[in-house]
Amino acid sequence: MKKLPSRVYYIFLFGFLYIPIFVLIANSFNASKSRNVWTGFTFDWYVKLFNDADIMSALANTIIIALIASTVATVLGTAAAIGIFNMKNTARTVIMNATYLPIINPEIVTGVSLMLLFVFLKINLGFLTLILSHITFCLPYVILCVLPKLRQMDIHLYEAAMDLGCNRRQAFRKVVIPEITTGIITGFLMSLTYSIDDFVISYFTSGPTSQTLPITIFSMTRRKVSPKLNALSAIIFVIVLAVLLVMNVREIKASKKNKNRR
Amino acid sequence: MKKNRIFALLSAVLFVLLSFTGCGQSYVPAEWEIPYSDSVDWKKFADAGITLNVYNWGEYIAIADGEEESFDTIAEFEALTGISVNYTNFSSNEEMYAKLKSGGTSYDIIIPSDYMISRMINEGMLQQLNFDNIPNFQNIQEDLKNPGYDSTGSYSVPYMWGTVGIIYNKTKVDEPAEKIASWDILWNEKYAGNILMFSNSRDAFAIALMKLGYSFNTTDEKEIREAFDALKEQKPLVQAYVMDEIYDKMGGGEAAVAPYYAGDAIVMMRDNPDLEFVVPKEGTNRFVDAMCIPVGAANKEAAELFINFMCEDLVGLKNCEYIGYATPNVNVMNLLDDEIKNNPIIYPDKEVLDNSDYFVALPAEITLLIDNLWTELMSSANGVDIWLLPILVGVAIVVSALLIFIRTKKKARNNY
Repeated sequence: MKKLPSRVYYIFLFGFLYIPIFVLIANSFNASKSRNVWTGFTFDWYVKLFNDADIMSALANTIIIALIASTVATVLGTAAAIGIFNMKNTARTVIMNATYLPIINPEIVTGVSLMLLFVFLKINLGFLTLILSHITFCLPYVILCVLPKLRQMDIHLYEAAMDLGCNRRQAFRKVVIPEITTGIITGFLMSLTYSIDDFVISYFTSGPTSQTLPITIFSMTRRKVSPKLNALSAIIFVIVLAVLLVMNVREIKASKKNKNRR
Repeated sequence: MKKNRIFALLSAVLFVLLSFTGCGQSYVPAEWEIPYSDSVDWKKFADAGITLNVYNWGEYIAIADGEEESFDTIAEFEALTGISVNYTNFSSNEEMYAKLKSGGTSYDIIIPSDYMISRMINEGMLQQLNFDNIPNFQNIQEDLKNPGYDSTGSYSVPYMWGTVGIIYNKTKVDEPAEKIASWDILWNEKYAGNILMFSNSRDAFAIALMKLGYSFNTTDEKEIREAFDALKEQKPLVQAYVMDEIYDKMGGGEAAVAPYYAGDAIVMMRDNPDLEFVVPKEGTNRFVDAMCIPVGAANKEAAELFINFMCEDLVGLKNCEYIGYATPNVNVMNLLDDEIKNNPIIYPDKEVLDNSDYFVALPAEITLLIDNLWTELMSSANGVDIWLLPILVGVAIVVSALLIFIRTKKKARNNY
């Protein structure tokens, strides 16, 4: 009896989440430019997409910026998290509040203040400012992902490693890092997604030499958002789905192996 | 071990993505010979290692689309002159203005619209052009050589122009022709819920002012307030305030009548043969987007070379065909298909043009007034909407309070 309502609820929920995406994917094969007239099946938009230098260079910018920014943010954020973890109580509270602030702060305030800072420092807006600002807003997420892992870690493991002859660096590399790896990876992936997603902050800190994909899409709204973007979104969706599936399958296999061992 | 593989997989995926983007960027040389005029030395800056920063509207230049005849304007310019181009987009004049005003950037070429050009001239943000470097300027039609927004004609070179009119669905609008050809149709209660309206303040107020018989460049506060009252009166009839959603709504027959730009109306009419376009008898707004060089441009002479390139016959033709707006270039116009050249929607009669006007820059306090009134209009709710949000919030609070109550009760019971 209890199963039916929950099943209906699930269908409803996933419908809400996925129907828009499937409509978009279906439309990427629509021969007509219009979103509500179906005139035939075509791969044209995919061909046009890969020939569109504008969208492609924006996509390349987005990916390069996301990779650089999230890598740097992960390194800095992990180091910061370890530092914060080892601080005294009051200092830790103060620093943690300072870390939360950029997350709570509206993006537009962050964007404008970063822009003002760059203009004040006379740094020309462009690739560099985009990367710097993306690192800035990714940092707190990395810290917040790594810190809980540090708290979960058994602090005595580190001491045991030292007792067994590791020096500080070895103990850190062989014991601490493996313990917090999942947190680091989560932080990296979070930064990557936020960086690829970001519009507001990029909008204020991009310049004549660089433009990310969200800005390119937004600038099309005066005329018409091209169906090429349906094709692009479909490709991104499929890639993300594939990555998720592969990761989940591996995880399931790994956990099965662990169970068997026990 | 496992983590390493996941990383390897991720980077492989990203690498594939990147290599895709790489192939899109590479320049595919056009297969046909392109005859460029030899009035300027295109190779002048070939070895100077110059980069131009071009700032244009989105989707407002011809780009390659994989078809044989497609023309990639920026790539052609780079190949011809050896100058490299950073090409970026904006979505509104105001956005472009803010970006330039806030500093930290240096653009060589911008393509704003008429009223923004006059505002930027007033504020000393544009440089006078050296027309010796732009011999193709002679091909621009006479009435656009020194237009109202740039009365000396020394700051801008027109790129595209068009008019605003009414697009309507023949099967849904049943009126005599002269009644349709009036802004009043957008206030006709017969089409309540089937009317679309511009979602930007300047265009919307312009329509209301024209309906009332005033100039849309008015600085009289009383007239603007009257226009606001008209817009308020129209609001219950309006299905939606739109910009590019209009393509779907009109193309799919969801709405009966809407104001829009002529060049875009043609595209909609191709999708839906029931659509028709008309310029109202009260007159209309004629817009021009023109190329300018802002103060602070690093390479003025190379920028002028770019402007000259954009006025080349073939480049102009390709851009005009791609965008679908009207070209200001006489030579380009002669090269167009007869069907387009003689289309009164894109190239209206002299009569219509004489009855139309350009937007000019309004004084700051009038712009502010319009913006404030627009915000008021957009946020003023009609009918049930005003209660909907508080009721929803109330229901949500009651539900969550109930849940918390039940939970605490359960907890209390479990504790015993």
